[in-house]
Amino acid sequence: MKDFGGKALFLDRSDINTDEIIPAKYLTENTKMALQPFILEDLKLGGFNPRTDIQGKGAIITRANFGCGSSREHAVWVFEVNDINIVIAESFARIFRQNMYNCGMLAVELLPSEIDAITALGNEVEIAVDLATCTISAKNGAKELSFTFSINEFDKELVENGGWLTYADNKY
Amino acid sequence: MGKTIAEKIFAAHLRDKPTPENMILDIDVVMCHEITTPIAITDLEARGMDRVFDTNKIKVVIDHVTPSKDSKTATQAKILRDWARRHKIKDFFDIGFNGVCHAIFPEKGFIRPGYTVIMGDSHTCTHGAFGAFAAGIGTTDLEVGILKGVCAFLKPETIKITIKGTLADGVSAKDVILNIIKKLTVNGATNKVMEFVGPVIDKMSMESRMTLCNMAIEAGGTSGICMPDQVTAQYLWPFIKDEYESLEIAVKDFKQWHSDPDAVYAKELTFDVSDLEPQVTYGYKPDEVKDITAMEGTPIDQVYIGSCTNGRIEDLRSAARILKDRKIADTTRGILSPATPQVYSQALEEGIIKIFMDAGFCVTNPTCGACLGMSNGVLAEGEICASTTNRNFNGRMGKGGIVHLMSPLSAAAAAVKGHITDPRKLL
Ligand code: SF4
Repeated sequence: MKDFGGKALFLDRSDINTDEIIPAKYLTENTKMALQPFILEDLKLGGFNPRTDIQGKGAIITRANFGCGSSREHAVWVFEVNDINIVIAESFARIFRQNMYNCGMLAVELLPSEIDAITALGNEVEIAVDLATCTISAKNGAKELSFTFSINEFDKELVENGGWLTYADNKY
Repeated sequence: MGKTIAEKIFAAHLRDKPTPENMILDIDVVMCHEITTPIAITDLEARGMDRVFDTNKIKVVIDHVTPSKDSKTATQAKILRDWARRHKIKDFFDIGFNGVCHAIFPEKGFIRPGYTVIMGDSHTCTHGAFGAFAAGIGTTDLEVGILKGVCAFLKPETIKITIKGTLADGVSAKDVILNIIKKLTVNGATNKVMEFVGPVIDKMSMESRMTLCNMAIEAGGTSGICMPDQVTAQYLWPFIKDEYESLEIAVKDFKQWHSDPDAVYAKELTFDVSDLEPQVTYGYKPDEVKDITAMEGTPIDQVYIGSCTNGRIEDLRSAARILKDRKIADTTRGILSPATPQVYSQALEEGIIKIFMDAGFCVTNPTCGACLGMSNGVLAEGEICASTTNRNFNGRMGKGGIVHLMSPLSAAAAAVKGHITDPRKLL
């Protein structure tokens, strides 16, 4: 299983939809890698610049209903090919959340107050995840916070199996 | 304890239950289109898993960009076409026979009460109008669906939405669902099934019920769902007449799927629509909805009538009521995309296409086209579109374009006036 986490990218807004994550016009690409430059291209978020702000980031911290809209798994793959393998949000849209686990990636829900606390740490936050104990740590220099999260056993198995296709192929 | 329709469908299709919350269901219909399926096909091939679980349960259409607009979309169509032929999938709809997935598959009688339906497309919830559980899924779920005929869902919780009162002339299913989304917000139904019941639904045509269920996803809902009844049986009759002795017997059989009176709901809401005005969205989220009178005068560059929400015959008829003997305003252009060839030819027969053309509309072949900003009416930066589609997301119909969602009647009125206006004034 891979390591989850990395430098945090803050997308401080609710209802970020999949058209913002990867616009429909790029759905004609036939490889995941081809999506890489177009990540969050149409995101409506003041001060955010997809060309410079994604570099080196490994985890997204965001608000409610992340990934609403279309069912496109491209929204998950565009994170994957940009080395982002975990999204931490107050809540997720169903299909996006399922797509993350189906690809063996993590979509973790924390309380709004916990997202506030991570955001208050400043811009240079490093996220680390321990799946065995279901804890997330957020660290900026000497300041460090940690939170526990819950993960459903089935979702956990999907992550451990590297996704739903392998799981389903073995089992059904 | 009673069960909801969704719980009954889940119980009838349960393959496995890895945890008390997670249910693996057998799937009756796996639908495929050329945007999300080719990448699944390529991946399955690469893994040496190029198989399908049941050629009769897989339905395939090229609909999003058709005819192809460039080599990339042509390649997507080709991958899907080659795959459908290779696996001898008989229900495959290509150019000349193709239309928007959520309009054409019901029209062919593929969706029946009590079915489980999945597709790599979020508006799959539309098919719940037939008393089916129908949900949009991603590519990995689609791959597993194609390969194994199963899909994982959370135990279904349901929001019961009762619609009572009487819809005024000029107010339609689109206005009802926009108003519901306004109330529920864009994630008010996340992980929930939205069950639509009540006297207004009982009277609605299948087309209107599809419009309603189509936008369940805009409130985050997993599936919209209506109880299958006389209207459902009538619509399906050409396809089920060999299975049932009479329409009455079919209606009686469909009752097995109805929610029990003592079913338990996560939430119950009641809407009285007697005073409902035509609704329209502003902003970039489908829950940003106002009465149309509050938006009166907003200038419109393009009017788009079509899509899986409102591209059916009933929608075209309703827009034609306003367009008859009128012309589109000089400052506005109009595009009509009938959702399927059957809708198109029926509209031709009824003289509706002529009404649209005489008014100054461009009529395209059946396709998703402009709805997702891919072809056939993409907006330029700053342009404003009155649209009968389902998403007003930033950039949805073209980068920098602005979309106001509304009913076909309101869109036709906007075309004539060149700005948003109350369609009831033109009836
Ligand atoms: S018409 Fe629009 S919303 Fe409907 S399936 Fe096509 S792209 Fe999606």
